[in-house]
Amino acid sequence: MSGVRQTVRYTEYHPRWYRTRVSTWWWLSRWPYLKFILREISSVFVAWFVVVLLLQIRALSRGPQAYAAFEHWLQIPVIVLLNLTAMFFVTFHAVTWFNLTPRAMVVRFGGKRVPDGLIVGTNYAAWAAVSVVLAWFLLRS
Amino acid sequence: MAETISVEVARYSPERDTEPSSQRYDVPLHKDWVVLDALNYIKDKMDGSLTFRWSCRMGICGSCGMMVNGEPKLTCATFLSDYAGDGSPVRVQPLRYFPVIRDLVVEITDFMNKLQSVKPWLIRGDEKAVSEGEYLQTPEQLDRYKQFSMCINCLLCYAACPVYGLDPVFIGPAAIALAQRYNMDSRDEGAGERMDVLAQHEGIWGCTFVGECTKVCPKHVDPAGAIQQYKLTATIERFKSFLMPWAAGNSEMESAK
Amino acid sequence: MAKQSNEPILWALFSAGGVFAAFAIPVHLFLLGLAFPLGWIPAPGYEYLHGLFSSPLPRIYLFALCFLALFHWAHRFRYTLYDGLQIKHLNEVIFVCCYGGAIFGTVLAGYLLWNFH
Repeated sequence: MSGVRQTVRYTEYHPRWYRTRVSTWWWLSRWPYLKFILREISSVFVAWFVVVLLLQIRALSRGPQAYAAFEHWLQIPVIVLLNLTAMFFVTFHAVTWFNLTPRAMVVRFGGKRVPDGLIVGTNYAAWAAVSVVLAWFLLRS
Repeated sequence: MAETISVEVARYSPERDTEPSSQRYDVPLHKDWVVLDALNYIKDKMDGSLTFRWSCRMGICGSCGMMVNGEPKLTCATFLSDYAGDGSPVRVQPLRYFPVIRDLVVEITDFMNKLQSVKPWLIRGDEKAVSEGEYLQTPEQLDRYKQFSMCINCLLCYAACPVYGLDPVFIGPAAIALAQRYNMDSRDEGAGERMDVLAQHEGIWGCTFVGECTKVCPKHVDPAGAIQQYKLTATIERFKSFLMPWAAGNSEMESAK
Repeated sequence: MAKQSNEPILWALFSAGGVFAAFAIPVHLFLLGLAFPLGWIPAPGYEYLHGLFSSPLPRIYLFALCFLALFHWAHRFRYTLYDGLQIKHLNEVIFVCCYGGAIFGTVLAGYLLWNFH
């Protein structure tokens, strides 16, 4: 096995090369890179949602009074603003995730690769169906 | 007097300079001229010291990759006229993330070593004798890897990959796509050997699916897709070897064909 | 096989969490974070939600959601910090903080849901 895993190898005894260092702000240099970093940042808002969910579970467990306080907390403008931002990011996550699925997972049917558009379309249809089912459970009362 | 266009070329001489500078040349703007034509015009008529790599002029050899206005491009397939009009010069720089040897020439030994490390050739358990004939393949089997076999090693994907720039031990898009080209080949039996290199952290896990490698590829290879697909394969193999240690190493990826 | 890396397992959790988050979180967040507090849709009452969260299947669902979404965050955020800030010398610290945070959140979710009454 070669040593590539451990080190970067270049030709030895070469005259001076010029190497540029990657800027810390490389992801601001081009729109696709910025979009990439925003996609990755969406994970923070996924975690934020889990925090809200855990607070809801705790409040429900503690009784009606605690739950009313939790509902009140959700109405604080800062929290609404935060949730609005989170909504943008989790939707961005969902859209990018579904669009990239066919690239990461090749589905073959009868020897032929299933067209990307079909996989993406199926994803969106399933997303709509899952959303309706979950909303139905939460709103049934 | 024909119309002209300014070309701003990065210059670096290791004997003289401590860092690259840029030099501006005004070259004729012909409708059918590509950036490489401009560079050749400069070298022939204006400044013979300009150094750059090129060979086939038709997008096959993969040696004329450079940064044109900050984007990795094959200069033989990038028309000057696409950059004319706004009056600003066309910036030509060496491929990003590689050490610069001189002017527009970059050092690519690192890639060559990585390419070799993933064994991009057919590996057989036992070779058939020539007299027994060819290894046959159906069009469907060809279709599985054909896309990845189009790679011309032009390294535009490396120049587009921030992960490679940040961490040069990352094996990188083209080498992984070429490993996949052989992994997916029905005649090949070397997937297990390649996995030793690829499933390392520096192999595939460093990739965060920025996806720019695929966008800049002049041959429409999808290295980003290849890497994600390989992550899935490596993960399945990892779980298989965990659940059925006795079967590990035998089944690796052969079932994927 | 060469040395067995844990990266595939972390990646599997990241992916599963990514799928789960993409399908489920937008609708949850829309209802809980926007539609109910802003009064666009009448919020379900305490009694109903308490009943819903008391049954075992929704509780398993909620646990899986918290667990996978947190590991999705941990993995993605870890690489974002690696790439975005170039603080390679802090890799171990980042690793421990990200997955440690996910484990802590998962344990907390398990505790809250197990003791739900």
